[in-house]
Parts: sequence; C-alpha cells; structure tokens
Amino acid sequence: MWAFLHRLASPRHFYHLTGRWIPWLGAATALCLATGLYLGLWVAPPDYQQGDSFRIMYVHVPAAWLSLFVYVFMAAAGAVGLIWNMKMADCLAVSAAPVGASFTFLALATGAIWGKPMWGTWWVWDARLTSELILLFLYLGYIALQNAIEDPRTAARAGAILAIVGSVNIPIIHYSVEWWNTLHQGPTVTRFDKPAIHPSMLWPLLLMALAFQLYFFTVLLMRARSELLWRERRSRWVRELLTQDDIQPSAEREEATP
Amino acid sequence: MTPRQRRMLWVGLIVAGVSAATFLALAAFQKNLLYFYTPSQIAAGEAPTGYAFRVGGLVKKGSVHREPDSLAVRFTLTDGAAEVTVFYDGILPDLFREGQGIIAIGRLQPDGRFQATQVLAKHDENYMPPEVAEALERSGKLPPVDDFRRMGR
Amino acid sequence: MTWHEFVHMGGYGAYVWSAYGLTAAVLLWNLAAPLRRRREVLARLRRWYEQENGR
Repeated sequence: MWAFLHRLASPRHFYHLTGRWIPWLGAATALCLATGLYLGLWVAPPDYQQGDSFRIMYVHVPAAWLSLFVYVFMAAAGAVGLIWNMKMADCLAVSAAPVGASFTFLALATGAIWGKPMWGTWWVWDARLTSELILLFLYLGYIALQNAIEDPRTAARAGAILAIVGSVNIPIIHYSVEWWNTLHQGPTVTRFDKPAIHPSMLWPLLLMALAFQLYFFTVLLMRARSELLWRERRSRWVRELLTQDDIQPSAEREEATP
Repeated sequence: MTPRQRRMLWVGLIVAGVSAATFLALAAFQKNLLYFYTPSQIAAGEAPTGYAFRVGGLVKKGSVHREPDSLAVRFTLTDGAAEVTVFYDGILPDLFREGQGIIAIGRLQPDGRFQATQVLAKHDENYMPPEVAEALERSGKLPPVDDFRRMGR
Repeated sequence: MTWHEFVHMGGYGAYVWSAYGLTAAVLLWNLAAPLRRRREVLARLRRWYEQENGR
C-alpha cells in the first residue's frame, strides 16, 4: 500500500497510472448517474408532503455533500503539500478547487429552486445557507489566490494556508442545523439512528451521491494531469513525451498503447 | 526539530487558533444566529417587542381560520409547550398545512398576538411515499415533527 | 408513471427541470474545461520546447 502511494507521489507514475484510470472512472460515473437518474426521476414515488418537488434532492444533496468533501480533500492535500513539500499534493489541491466551487454553487442554486415552492422563498439568511455561501467564497478566494500569485510553489503554499484556515467552516456547515434554529431541515441520511427516508427514495440518493463522487475523481484527475505536465515541463519525461514526434500530439498516442 | 516538524506544528497552531477564535465568535453571537424564536421563548419574554423577528412552530391542528373572499388567515403556532396566535394576509407556501412546521416573520403586537408579513414552511427530514405515510398514520406511527419540540426545551 | 406525469412532475416541472438542467450544464462545463485546458497545455508545452531548442 505504502509502496503504491509512494509510486503515485512520483509525477511520472501518477501521469501514466491515472491516464489508464480515467476511462474506467468515467464509465463508472456514467453507469451510476444513469441508474440513479432513472430510479430517482422515474421509479421513486413522490413524497407524501412535497410531491414530486422532492426529486430536486437527488442533485441538491450529492452536490452539497461533495462541496464539503472536496473542501476537506483540498485542505488535506494542501496540508500534505505544505508539510512534506510534495508537488503532487499541490497539484491535486489546485485542481480540486474549481470542481468544489461548482458543486457549492450547484448546492446553493438547486436549494434555492427547491426552497421557492416548498419554503416560500428562494433564500433566507439562516445558519446553514449562510455558512454554505461562505464556503463558496472560500473556494473563490482560493482560486483568486492561485491566479494572483505567479510562482506555483508560493501560490500552493498560500492557498494551503487559506484552505486549512477555512476548514473550520466545514463542521459549522454540517452541525448548523443542530446547533441553531434554522429554516433548513435537519440531517436525513447521516443520523445515528436509521435514516428518516423510505428505502425506495434512499437508493437513488446513494447512487447519485456515488455518481457525483466518481465524477469528482474523474474530472480531478483530468485537471491534475494537465497541470502536472506544465509544472513538470523541465523534467525529462515530459520533454520526451512531447518531443518524440513533432507532427502528432505524442502524449495522446502514448496513452492509447499501455 | 526538523523543518518538517516545524511546518507540522505551524499547521496545527493555525487550526487550533482559528478554531478557538471561531468558537468564541459563535458563542458571542449565539443569539443573533438563531433564525427564529419558539413560542416558548416568546412566552418567557425572550423575544424582542420593538422590531420584527421570526417565530417558528407547528401549525396547531384545527386552528386555521381563513377569511372568506380574501387571503387573510389566522392560526395558532405551538412548540408543544407554549402557543402564539398568528395573523397573516398573503400567499402561503405549498407546504402550509395543519401540523406542518412553519416560520412567520413579523411583529409581536401589544396584546400578544403575532402579525406576520411573511410565512415560510419548514419541511422536516422525513421522506416517504404517500401510501407509507397513510399506513403509518393509520397505525399512529407517523413520525412526529419533533424539530420544534426539540428546540422548545 | 407516464411521459406526461414525468414532464409535469406534479406541477413542479419548472422547478425540477430547471434544477436538473442547471446541474447538467455545470457537470458538462466541468468536463469540457479540463479537456480544453489539456489541449492548451499541450500546445503551450510544444511552443515552449521549440523555443528551448531554438536557443
């Protein structure tokens, strides 16, 4: 296991290994997404109170979960890059930020679309919604910081510190509905007793959550590989990858032959 | 101490410092972070009288009176321990019904009634098909909307 | 469930489908952006190496 992780930390091995993983990850994402959408939009019965509007949950809840997961991933990768000086970790943290920001945006937007018919308002300033909005600003701040600092090492270090500081917001988002009176309802699936959701409605949710998770890793690796090539442009393996053949993009050809 | 350990220590100190600062700030603003007051808090005189605030509770069964030919409505909000009567004139959200958790925004009148300018529905964390809900209701096992009871304590 | 019910969504069609449409748009954008970025990086790298060799 450690040997495997060690190999992954080497940019060259990372590039080649993940090149082979991406098609599989993409296929698994598509499969989960198709099944989840079919079960969630077609098979699952309408809710006893919310009718069919509850189906928004199948995109809202996975997006919200992932917005938290990606942030933790980004902060952890940032910390590893900061402490162990690992370039691979920097690369992953930087690549995760835009994906996390778009999940956060989706969670807020689909929540507003759900809130209008159910609550009677698009937006309220309660603790859950406000802390999720702060998460979006943290992501945007991180991205702005990356763009503002020229040197990738310095940018990654500054970004990691911002991400680590901002991670105090994560437990606040999660527990906001329990610590304070909020308009947003309490947790459904992550309760310690059994989930307060009928199995026919829970399965699509879990499938969609899995699909979003797989999707994240797919696009994360896609982003990280390009980022890696540019950052490692002075190393021999990248040079060889690109200058073997001047007519065809050899990087692409190389992937096709394992 | 190696440079790596020093960096680790720095990261740990940042996390601890920011957590402590956030905890103190949140504890100081605890009151302002409450999105709404419960009928019990109003009964105990904790709610503001001078300006608009929000009250949250369950719509008491059988308490909803609608004026004919207008949108005006009157209902009682309860959290299991105390009650408050709410007056409202406007469009109610789809989820508004008796037994439902709702939030009303408005002012407390001198006579203790609540004049709302906006009513929001708070849906709970339970999701089930209508048939299951009916079966549960018949057997008396429909999960109580316990959100407001929990907060009322 | 019939096709009509599926599109109508019990009266919530506009809300449900706009939420799903928005999600689809964001997910597709997130897929297109790294592909575009990859092409960009490959082109930039090739230019970079050419300059290096020219020197």
